[in-house]
Amino acid sequence: MRGLATRLGLALLALLTLWPATAQAQGRDPILVPEISQHEVQVRQGFTGAELLLFGAILDPDGRRASDDYDIVVILRGPAQAISVREKQRFLGIWINAEATSFRSVPSFFAIASSAPVAELVDERTAAIYEFGLQYLQLSPTGAIDPPQYARFTQGLVDLRQRSGLFQQDEAGVTMSEGVLYQARIALPSNVTVGRYIAETFAVRDGRVIAAASTHVEVRKEGLDRVVTEQADENSFLYGLLAVMLSLVMGWAAGRLFALV
Amino acid sequence: MHALPVALRSHYPPVFELIRALAFSAQAGWVTPCGMDVYLPIANLAVNGLLIVLLGGATGILSGIFGVGGGFLTTPLLIFYGIPPTVAAASAASQVTGASVSGVIAQSKRGGVDYQMGGVTVAGGLLGALIGAGLFNLLSAFGQIDVVINILYVLMLGSIGGLMAREALVSLGRKGDAPRRATKRRHHPLIASLPLRWRFYRSGLYISPLAPLILGMVVGILTMLMGVGGGFILVPAMLYILGMSANVVVGTSLFNILFVTMLTTMIHALTTQAVDIVLAGLLLLGSVSGAQIGTRIALSAKPEYLRLALAAIVLLVALRMLIGLGFVPDEVYTVTPL
Repeated sequence: MRGLATRLGLALLALLTLWPATAQAQGRDPILVPEISQHEVQVRQGFTGAELLLFGAILDPDGRRASDDYDIVVILRGPAQAISVREKQRFLGIWINAEATSFRSVPSFFAIASSAPVAELVDERTAAIYEFGLQYLQLSPTGAIDPPQYARFTQGLVDLRQRSGLFQQDEAGVTMSEGVLYQARIALPSNVTVGRYIAETFAVRDGRVIAAASTHVEVRKEGLDRVVTEQADENSFLYGLLAVMLSLVMGWAAGRLFALV
Repeated sequence: MHALPVALRSHYPPVFELIRALAFSAQAGWVTPCGMDVYLPIANLAVNGLLIVLLGGATGILSGIFGVGGGFLTTPLLIFYGIPPTVAAASAASQVTGASVSGVIAQSKRGGVDYQMGGVTVAGGLLGALIGAGLFNLLSAFGQIDVVINILYVLMLGSIGGLMAREALVSLGRKGDAPRRATKRRHHPLIASLPLRWRFYRSGLYISPLAPLILGMVVGILTMLMGVGGGFILVPAMLYILGMSANVVVGTSLFNILFVTMLTTMIHALTTQAVDIVLAGLLLLGSVSGAQIGTRIALSAKPEYLRLALAAIVLLVALRMLIGLGFVPDEVYTVTPL
């Protein structure tokens, strides 16, 4: 995959350096060309997750190699979900679900990689605006919620998702080569939600986000797993009947087979 | 990526440590030869197929030896592996179906099934499964479903494991004496006070059908909520509360388990839509073969030791659940989609 990426990157670079400088010269912002190793992830039998390579090039408007050093932040974000988070508290000696908070839009997957620690790149306000980091996620809680409780719940949620690999933060995850090419690897675990994933790339310099570009990845179920999911959803009765038949036949067959032994 | 909260879990019983270690090494790809990974479409994650088959096999052996379905072990272990609780409970039920099929066939050949009694308990079971489905929704709405399931596990497994252990120890202590004369069967006095009596010839009973109906209903609720077959409640209840004759107890209980787990699988498929047929298939593969092996072990091993072993396993599961409930919860925060 690395070979492919490098080749693609070099091709891009070659293409861009050949572009007439005049066409790009009017803007002062650098050009950011993001690409991703695959635009489709198929979740099918044997799927154990996938590693995506997010890469691209950053160039000065005149198509030459960037004169200053940029830092790159890459965010891969899964489809948003409305969820409810519950907190267990000890009550009469046992842990029961006590308080709950609902969030309108929580990304089902969120991975951020940067070429340097975010705190060194931008100030807190900018980081919060661009959601540069798990602590800056804007989860839109529903209803009134006091800040300490919100902080507690989001921290609990982030911790939970981080441990299942659905939220990731790697402050050295982006590598730059020659100040032009950048690349980051992001691992999708097997328990990802299907849907459209957005990969955003930001170029940062002097504490400001100078350029941004995005591309997308489609994660979808294919083959048997797609059929199973669809049937369980649409033909619930037949699906249930099939599960029952399967267990009856397997139970009966095992009895017959072992009778021969 | 999968940061293990090892420090939190270090006090768990060794068996669970082992399972956990296997699960994580499987996820990390250490013990997983290629092709062993199976993606579960409903549970939405990849698991080590071999591990699931082995888990099914272990519970199958138990079910062969003791005539219990083994669901009480499958569901918590699946949850522990990381499979969503609803999917675990819904899919474990079909495994219990598979494990009890050949048992029912064998028992019915030797006349060990009281179909009349079984019919009444299954009718109760259907009622119970429907009530269970309602409870499931209600408790999910309150957000207490996992807590309630945990409490049920601790209470049920704790008391049943305790009773079984005591009985096994008592009978081991009596070893060497003449084989214990079966105590005179008597159903519970409460049963006698119920109205409308029926004759159950094979069970040798003249009691109200309400008693087995209620028993079936209770078991049906538990099957729906916990994915257990309920054999470990049915057998003692049929013996000691209903007072059924011992030679039809196991067969009739299996008969009930078979039909009630089929019903709950259907109800889960229709309501929670959490039956993962791939997961069920893997579990079945292990459990149907395990059940056959277990039956053979049961013929050769001493029943007292077997019962003691089962009691120990049951108590271990109960203890594990108690730790999660009373000391350190597995997770303080839980997420449910809206």
